Amino acid sequence: MSASTAAAEAGPALPATTRVWRAVEDSLVVTGRNLRHFVRQPQLLIFSTIQPIMFVLLFAFVFGGAIEGSLPPGVTYVDYLLPGIFIQAAAFRSTQTAVGLAEDLDRGVIDRFRSMPIARSAVLVGRTAADLLRNVFVTLLMAAVGYLIGFRFRAGPFDAVGAILVVLAFGFVLSWIFTFVGLTVRGAEAAQSAGFVAIFPLVFASSVFVPVRTMPAGLEWFAGVSPVTASVDAARALSIGGEVWDPLVQALAWFSAILLVFVPLCVWRYRRMG
Amino acid sequence: MSIAARTEGLVRRFDETVALDRVDLEVAEGSVLGLLGPNGAGKTTLVRVLATLLRPDAGRAEVFGLDVVSEAPKVREVIGLTGQFAAVDELLTGRENLRLFGRLFHLPRRAAAARADELLERFDLADAGDRTVKTYSGGMRRRLDLASSLITRPRILFLDEPTTGLDPRSRVAIWGIVRELVREGMTLLLTTQYLEEADQLTDRIAVIDQGRVIAEGTGDELKDSVGASMVQVRLERVADRERARSALLIGGCEEPDHADQAGELTMAAPDGVRTVAAAARALDDAGIGVSDLSLRRPTLDDVFLELTGAHVEVDGHRPEVDAPVGEPA
Repeated sequence: MSASTAAAEAGPALPATTRVWRAVEDSLVVTGRNLRHFVRQPQLLIFSTIQPIMFVLLFAFVFGGAIEGSLPPGVTYVDYLLPGIFIQAAAFRSTQTAVGLAEDLDRGVIDRFRSMPIARSAVLVGRTAADLLRNVFVTLLMAAVGYLIGFRFRAGPFDAVGAILVVLAFGFVLSWIFTFVGLTVRGAEAAQSAGFVAIFPLVFASSVFVPVRTMPAGLEWFAGVSPVTASVDAARALSIGGEVWDPLVQALAWFSAILLVFVPLCVWRYRRMG
Repeated sequence: MSIAARTEGLVRRFDETVALDRVDLEVAEGSVLGLLGPNGAGKTTLVRVLATLLRPDAGRAEVFGLDVVSEAPKVREVIGLTGQFAAVDELLTGRENLRLFGRLFHLPRRAAAARADELLERFDLADAGDRTVKTYSGGMRRRLDLASSLITRPRILFLDEPTTGLDPRSRVAIWGIVRELVREGMTLLLTTQYLEEADQLTDRIAVIDQGRVIAEGTGDELKDSVGASMVQVRLERVADRERARSALLIGGCEEPDHADQAGELTMAAPDGVRTVAAAARALDDAGIGVSDLSLRRPTLDDVFLELTGAHVEVDGHRPEVDAPVGEPA
């Protein structure tokens, strides 16, 4: 008889520190499993990398000439665009959190996890943590491609790290929203569509591609308060200089608010499943 | 003998549908209880409640005295679950699957690896251990799924339709594994829509239909409950059917409660062998040619028909719910 079965027979609950450690361990194991999925589906990784690169090239070269006129003097569109594309790509990729979760639900893998004595949080944390690590990889790769077409982090190395951290935090926070979507919507395809319906308007009605002051008044107001704009402006200021604190504080406020709402919602939904 | 799993007045609804309607069941430790019923009878729902995946709406369920709702974490330490749809990870190899589940059962890395190798060997998957599950056949997946639920040697194993959709050879392989587990003293709750499977593998059978347990006992007890044995006659000429029926009635047989194929008659034989002899004489007197005449005990299908008016699934055919009388079985 194994140690864990013997523990169950012994009766008393595990001490709190052991439980916390086990939750961490379980989350790490599930994260490792999800990362392995990325490696086993290279086509998925390739396309989720090619897509933002395609956006970089298309927008930089197609719209660059037209948009450069409305940018602050001395700022090139590639420098302006890249931080926006980082955020846009992170936003699109966060919908994959819902898809991955929905697939696991469909295939009964989550049922098996739930019938096992593992920490309740491990499935959710393992999912969002793996998606965060994927974001690190894709974002650095995009920055490298940016360097090839003339993008530079002009505000220095520390700010550059800050810019990347803002992008990663943004993606992580969004994946909790899509964790909830994945737990609520049935089926991977439905999760995918639900994600795009929400993400498209948010991304385009923001400062991702163009300065918001070029938009009509109502839209400008919407874009101005959007968490996407706050994140882009913070990441952009950290990349090429400009006002950092205002957008950064606004972005962090959004991140905290979203996590405060959606983490408990996800946990509640996961516990209430069935 | 102690009780491994017990339900009392268990109720579970899905919107308007009552999936479980006051189910009382007991599984004795070391025994195999078969839950036999057609699709949608509530078998999977019952297993999911016992495996802590679904909360009951009323009543209670316990596993080794642990309540599946209030003591769910402890229940999860002692159960193994193999679902109808193999819940293994397609993108991982067989070995990685078993190691993953071993790690999640908190085995140290090395112990998880050793256990994975042992199970791959035992379930005849050693050669395929390093291939991704995507490339596995249905039978291999099911074996891996079973292996996954045996990582920590659970005290009770729930097998939800372990052979549904498998080819006959894979089915026999799974049966072999199940028998071996039973020999080792594992307690099993096995759901199935196959009569033969219930007959072959289980100690007791609970017949479940529309969320209710409608009969319970050993296979023999259930067969006896239907009553008399049957005389089965195969006619040389289909046209003789009506005359044969009259002759059999004269010989002491009783009206069948379901119809057979055109050239066959199955009728109750209240006096067993004596009725058979009388029936044979009566057919002979009437000059009716018979190619086969036999006495058979009721089968589980007869039990099911008697209880629900429908056939259960026999070897891969879908159950005919409310099969109209006159259709071939």
